[in-house]
Amino acid sequence: MTFSLFFQSLINGLNQGAIYALIALGYTMVYGIIRMINFAHGDFIMIGAYTLFYTIPMMIHAGMPAWISVFLAVVICAAVGVLVEVIAYKPVRRAGSMSALITALAMSLFLENLAMVLFGAKPHNVQKIFDLPSVNVLGVALPLNVILTIGIGVVMMACLQIFIKSTKIGKAMRAVPQDRDASILAGINVNKVITMTFAIGSALAAVAALMYCAKYPRVTNDMGSMMGLKAFIAAVLGGIGVIPGAMLGGILVGLIEIYVKLFAPGWYEAITYGILIVILLVKPSGILGKNVGEKV
Amino acid sequence: MEKRFKVSYFLNFLGVLAVFFLFVLLFENNAFGRSTQYIKGISTTACYTIIMVASLNLVVGCMGEFSLGHAGFVSVGAYASAIVSNGLTGKGLPDIALFLVALLAGGIAAGLTGVLVGIPALRLRGDYLAIVTIAFAEIIRVLFCNLSITGGGKTMSGIIKLSNFYWSFWIMVVCITVMYMYVRSRFGRTVKAIREDYIAASASGINVTYYKVLTFTVAAFFAGIGGGVYAHYMTAMIPTNFNFMYSAELLSEVIIGGIGSITGSIIGASFLSSLPEMMRQFSQYRMLAYSVVLVLVMIFKPGGIFGAWEFSLIRVYERLTGRKGGWEKSRKKTEGGV
Repeated sequence: MTFSLFFQSLINGLNQGAIYALIALGYTMVYGIIRMINFAHGDFIMIGAYTLFYTIPMMIHAGMPAWISVFLAVVICAAVGVLVEVIAYKPVRRAGSMSALITALAMSLFLENLAMVLFGAKPHNVQKIFDLPSVNVLGVALPLNVILTIGIGVVMMACLQIFIKSTKIGKAMRAVPQDRDASILAGINVNKVITMTFAIGSALAAVAALMYCAKYPRVTNDMGSMMGLKAFIAAVLGGIGVIPGAMLGGILVGLIEIYVKLFAPGWYEAITYGILIVILLVKPSGILGKNVGEKV
Repeated sequence: MEKRFKVSYFLNFLGVLAVFFLFVLLFENNAFGRSTQYIKGISTTACYTIIMVASLNLVVGCMGEFSLGHAGFVSVGAYASAIVSNGLTGKGLPDIALFLVALLAGGIAAGLTGVLVGIPALRLRGDYLAIVTIAFAEIIRVLFCNLSITGGGKTMSGIIKLSNFYWSFWIMVVCITVMYMYVRSRFGRTVKAIREDYIAASASGINVTYYKVLTFTVAAFFAGIGGGVYAHYMTAMIPTNFNFMYSAELLSEVIIGGIGSITGSIIGASFLSSLPEMMRQFSQYRMLAYSVVLVLVMIFKPGGIFGAWEFSLIRVYERLTGRKGGWEKSRKKTEGGV
């Protein structure tokens, strides 16, 4: 392998990884707080991408800069996230993990098929939101939007970490999973905290949609499910519930996928899923997670 | 054997026979006119869907664990049986023998896959197990997309059409009977004990892993047989047919029918697989409707429409003949004898 190919793949892998990391952040937040795999999270990205598809031409038509549509996407995704939580997840929250998992799966199917009915099964092309030049580094063309993607990912992670660690609502978010009843006694509105978590997680999905569309300008109704699954793998790999873990896991999964693609293009998905199986069997708490014993 | 069981088996056999002859009567007299052939096809679809859904119900209902990768086992069964039947055609075997050998091969291949997947995967529980089963199913799909014997990612066609409705019906009956007997047997009760409390179960000397892997394998075996019927009905297939969506569809049929109820699985699978065929123009709304029903079922009746209720002919018979509570009496008698 030549150096330039290696370097190019490194950049591609980091870009892919940053997208996974942003999605994984949403997973990790929701899982960390209500211990539920939100299958519909991948589909929030799809919703974000469709919003971008419709709003970017609108913004350009209205003479405004295209990046304003990102804020619209964030608002719409957060609204959908909160709606899904209030309508579907809240009524089954007390019914156990199995019901929660089925409901999440059903919501994912619902959003995907709703998008198919509304927008059709054909892929749509999203207009480029920013047109950044490439710079030449060490003989390799380095697109600036890759750097922007990675930068946004890191900034998001840092903000989230600060938010969780030092704001009041962030503290409440950490308290709820430790002991729900005790946090109610301490005056935390658990329902509000969970709704807030969904809003933030879905807003992150909108940002991930932007990053995804900057790299692959195509929207389909089923783009979310497999990407969501890989991001979930990233979250598990890094340690679910741990915010830096999501970032680390995302980058690792992205890099591994791109490098395996170089050598065995047909097999890269199998390798990603293989990683998940190995990590769950060897260290289910992930790279950065702490082992928590099970109470009898 | 208690007399009641004898009567019950006899009644069930009569019931199945009656249903079979009803179908034969309808189809042979062309009751549906020109669409008879079409409806026969739908009924065959319902038969193999019932096998797949009931086998998934063993895992979800009896064992209380989630498998979101059942389509993986179905695909193993489908491909294995198709390869075997392709290899054996023209060897002078009668069609029915060929079909049974192919199905058995499919079932055994899927069962072996079930052991291989189950031993590592069943160490996990709950959400993580669900995710790992998806991962295994996807790995199987990628494998079939890359192997040349399965068509290498292209459509595998030219499988001989062996599944007709009559054979599929009896295969379905045999599969359902064996699965039902498994659930009611010592093994099934053990697995249910593990479902209720695995720590208590292992404390009372049950080898938890063994019984879990056993159930998983039985479920995979029947999923493979269902896949074999599918392959010989469709005559052409591609690995992407057996994706995550297909697993999700099977799981939603299990849950809508009733978690732990084979009756629910049969009714759920036959309705949910034939209704969209009847209403072709609404086919794009099918999964949308499934998901809405699924959410509603989860909110209002978390055990599924039939819950764990099973239809029983002998209960109907006893109610009709006014011998209600006959079972209680006979049990008292045997207890008294002991």
